[in-house]
Amino acid sequence: MTDKQTPTVVVDNLHVDYKIFASGKAAKDRRSLLSRQRGVRVVHALKGVSFTAYEGESIGVIGHNGSGKSTLMRAVAGLQQPVKGAVYASSRPSLLGVNAALLSDLTGEKNVILGGLALGMTPEEVEERYDSIVEFSGIREFMDLPMQAYSSGMAARLRFSIAISRNHQILLVDEALAVGDKEFREKSEQRIRDLREEAGTVFLVSHSMRSIMETCTRVIWIDHGTLKMDGEPSEVIREYKKST
Amino acid sequence: MTEIDYAALAREAGLERVGARPPLPAYLKEMWERRHFATRLARYRIEAQLSQNRLGLGWVVLSPLLQAAVYGFVFGLIMDRGSRAGLNFIPFLVTGFFVFQFFAQSFSQGARSITGNASLVRSLGFPRMLLPVSAVIRNLYELVPMMVVLAFILVGYGEYPSWSWLLVPAVLFFMMLFNAGIALIAARLTVHLRDFTQIVPIITRLILYMTGIFYSLELVLADNPPWMLTLAQLNPVHDYIQMVRSMVLEGQEFNTLILVTGIVGGIAVFIGGIVFFWSAEERYGRD
Repeated sequence: MTDKQTPTVVVDNLHVDYKIFASGKAAKDRRSLLSRQRGVRVVHALKGVSFTAYEGESIGVIGHNGSGKSTLMRAVAGLQQPVKGAVYASSRPSLLGVNAALLSDLTGEKNVILGGLALGMTPEEVEERYDSIVEFSGIREFMDLPMQAYSSGMAARLRFSIAISRNHQILLVDEALAVGDKEFREKSEQRIRDLREEAGTVFLVSHSMRSIMETCTRVIWIDHGTLKMDGEPSEVIREYKKST
Repeated sequence: MTEIDYAALAREAGLERVGARPPLPAYLKEMWERRHFATRLARYRIEAQLSQNRLGLGWVVLSPLLQAAVYGFVFGLIMDRGSRAGLNFIPFLVTGFFVFQFFAQSFSQGARSITGNASLVRSLGFPRMLLPVSAVIRNLYELVPMMVVLAFILVGYGEYPSWSWLLVPAVLFFMMLFNAGIALIAARLTVHLRDFTQIVPIITRLILYMTGIFYSLELVLADNPPWMLTLAQLNPVHDYIQMVRSMVLEGQEFNTLILVTGIVGGIAVFIGGIVFFWSAEERYGRD
């Protein structure tokens, strides 16, 4: 890393715990009802991850299931409070996750409007961009159906379209493209490359090494809550493949 | 690899900590900028709920009306008449119950507003206060048709419109502040302790009886020591209902204690609720 680059995201010794309500053996340490909730097991999802991301970078995040990739993304987006350490960013990062619907009992059309408003657009801006959002999602004929009736692919397309309708400085994409079909994935990857050229920073979590090789300039490998490797995509992916 | 001071690096680059709770004025400003989200969400929630029923919007009015009918049957026909001597009972009951619904629904929907919208809270970053506020706005919208139906019921039972009816919105405004404060407090408590949702209906039921919906507290407590009535009148929910009743019904009155408790209670609970909810902003969505 040269000194000339401008950092956009700094992750400083990030620790994240989850409290899980466990039962049976996992819930052995029972304490009193008032002092603490019973049967709670603490899972250390991230154990001290640090790195710096720079302007114009697109960073692939790889690792096995349960290694803490999604937790890292949620923490970077500010949706998960760290127990230790902190995340610093030049603007609020937005996360595109897999949990499909925003409000599953409302129609796609209403989700687009509410999503836009929640992202901080004015009603006029939402109206202005509504058509391009629906156009990009490519599911115009389903806009008047409640989102719970959508397939996971359709829901992901709509969410991705809502999220990218606003110009983000920092975008986190968590497996959101995995459920889309080939055509949509290519369109989305193109959008991610465009975003990077506009001096944004993109994080892409994926199990598709091909997708990461095509879109990323740097890869971070998360293993059991720690940063195992950070570097050139081809190098990291080669090491990652060796370990599996 | 050498040890890097990441915090210093972030400071130098002028980066801000993600998810940090903004100071209250900035937080409220951001709320205001996104107010359309809260009003739209309230509207869509009503539409979504109604589109699944054949009677549609009718249920907004019909449901509290039927509940009032149940209480009217039990307390109007079966129970002893001493608790409501000299009252025009049906308008008294319906006025009280409709206004009480505004409180009860804001409370229960406010309590669920964060936990019930988990997928939204987990995927988008926005001031969380919008959700409980949206629940109150939704009930404010629903109150409008209820008040229209109430006006017809009042006229049907011989309570004719007067200039004092115009003061009802002013009372409901302070009640809205009170409800919003309660919704914010309940929303945060539910996040900390999921068990709170189980207690909400019980608290609502308790307040229902303490408020005097199907009997007049002023009549029931007339023979008891005066401090009991004073204590009962320190309940803002009772005060809003009593003030609305005194404006639309003949022979109903309110005193200074009720007026002051209603106004001061509304403002105090509203401000208290905002501060209480905001101070845990970083914790919502965390589980």
